[in-house]
Amino acid sequence: MDNILSIIIPALAFIIGAPLVGGFLSGADRIISARMQRRVGPPIWQSFFDVFKLLQKETVVVRPSQNVFIVFFLVFVIFTGVLFFTGGDLLLVIFSLALASIFLVLAGYKGSSPYSFIGAERELLQIMSYEPMVLIMAIAFYMVTDSFNVCEIMSHPVSLVTVLPGVFAGFLFILTIKLRKSPFDLSTSHHAHQEIVKGVTTEYSGRALAMIEIAHWYELVLILGFIYLFFAQNIVLGVVAALAAYFLEILVDNSTARLRWQWMLIGAWVVALIFGGGNILALYLMR
Amino acid sequence: MSYFKKSPWIIHYDATSCNGCDIEVLACLTPMYDVERFGVINTGNPKHADILLITGSVNEQTKEAVTNIYNQMPNPKVVVAVGVCACSGGVFRECYNVYGGVDKVIPVDVYVPGCAVRPEAIIDGVVKGIGALEAKYTEYKESKKAGTKS
Repeated sequence: MDNILSIIIPALAFIIGAPLVGGFLSGADRIISARMQRRVGPPIWQSFFDVFKLLQKETVVVRPSQNVFIVFFLVFVIFTGVLFFTGGDLLLVIFSLALASIFLVLAGYKGSSPYSFIGAERELLQIMSYEPMVLIMAIAFYMVTDSFNVCEIMSHPVSLVTVLPGVFAGFLFILTIKLRKSPFDLSTSHHAHQEIVKGVTTEYSGRALAMIEIAHWYELVLILGFIYLFFAQNIVLGVVAALAAYFLEILVDNSTARLRWQWMLIGAWVVALIFGGGNILALYLMR
Repeated sequence: MSYFKKSPWIIHYDATSCNGCDIEVLACLTPMYDVERFGVINTGNPKHADILLITGSVNEQTKEAVTNIYNQMPNPKVVVAVGVCACSGGVFRECYNVYGGVDKVIPVDVYVPGCAVRPEAIIDGVVKGIGALEAKYTEYKESKKAGTKS
């Protein structure tokens, strides 16, 4: 009975709590960005207002079946988060997150407009860029803790960032790609509307767009959960580190311009090879 | 309760304007006026937008683009004519090569005069547009309830 409760409670906490935390964080993102640009910025609840408004708006579709992909995107992001926060298998977490992203890409292709095609292609390139580093992270965790279980990785006696500084640095780099922040906001961004309109989400409106936004909130909490894993031995330090990483992302977002996809792909792979691969090599040699 | 007044997303289109009003529209987004305080986002995508800001007097070439953007916007939607050219054609009203006003092509809800229009006036026009948006939302909800919308 205790065993079931220990799964259900964190699962429910994630399903209910993550959109609240994620929406709050993305509201904070907009205020901090505004302050960095010497503006006042919207209220902290702005992201929630946006989603509530989108739910009230008409949902226009090109094809009636296109919103199915968005539903699957949301469902798989939630599924991934539940797996992670109940202490499931890290490899399964990584691959189901990839599956969720693929549903977003398929949704972009289903939209069948040139802009959503470009957005979907760029989203694929983004997945291609960050995936090696994520896998290296999982392997590095296994080398240190002898387990792929999030639960056991968290209860490891040594703080992982002390043994895996290279992997942590590499993960910070791909965090920008994963959160679609500048300079890697290639697939969808409010700032790129002269170039690709709105990328993957161009053809989605009303309820479907609201679902994409909510899925992004879940994703944000999940990704900050990965940062937390590196500092899991001290809860306060872990939460502070996750928030600090998010602040760093906002700072980078506001101080850089969008790069071409070639730079993203090369940059991410070189960083994964040098920082991630180097760290793993060092671990292997010191055994 | 409707959330349209908390987050009106804007799309801006230049229908043969001289760029004077367009610069003033963009000035609203700068630190000086910062319309993001009211939740306004400049989207650039008609399918995400609630308010369509049009500048210029509309000619044969931009007519199609204007109607296209208008038709792609999901309900409820509002059109704001920004600047005197968009309102009535302004000094170009009698010209052979312009329609003279956005309302010759699509229905307009709010007219904001001025040459070039002041950013304060644009913000005022958008706020009036939000009022119109709320009214249209009630209308849209009732038509959906009655099942008249296919």
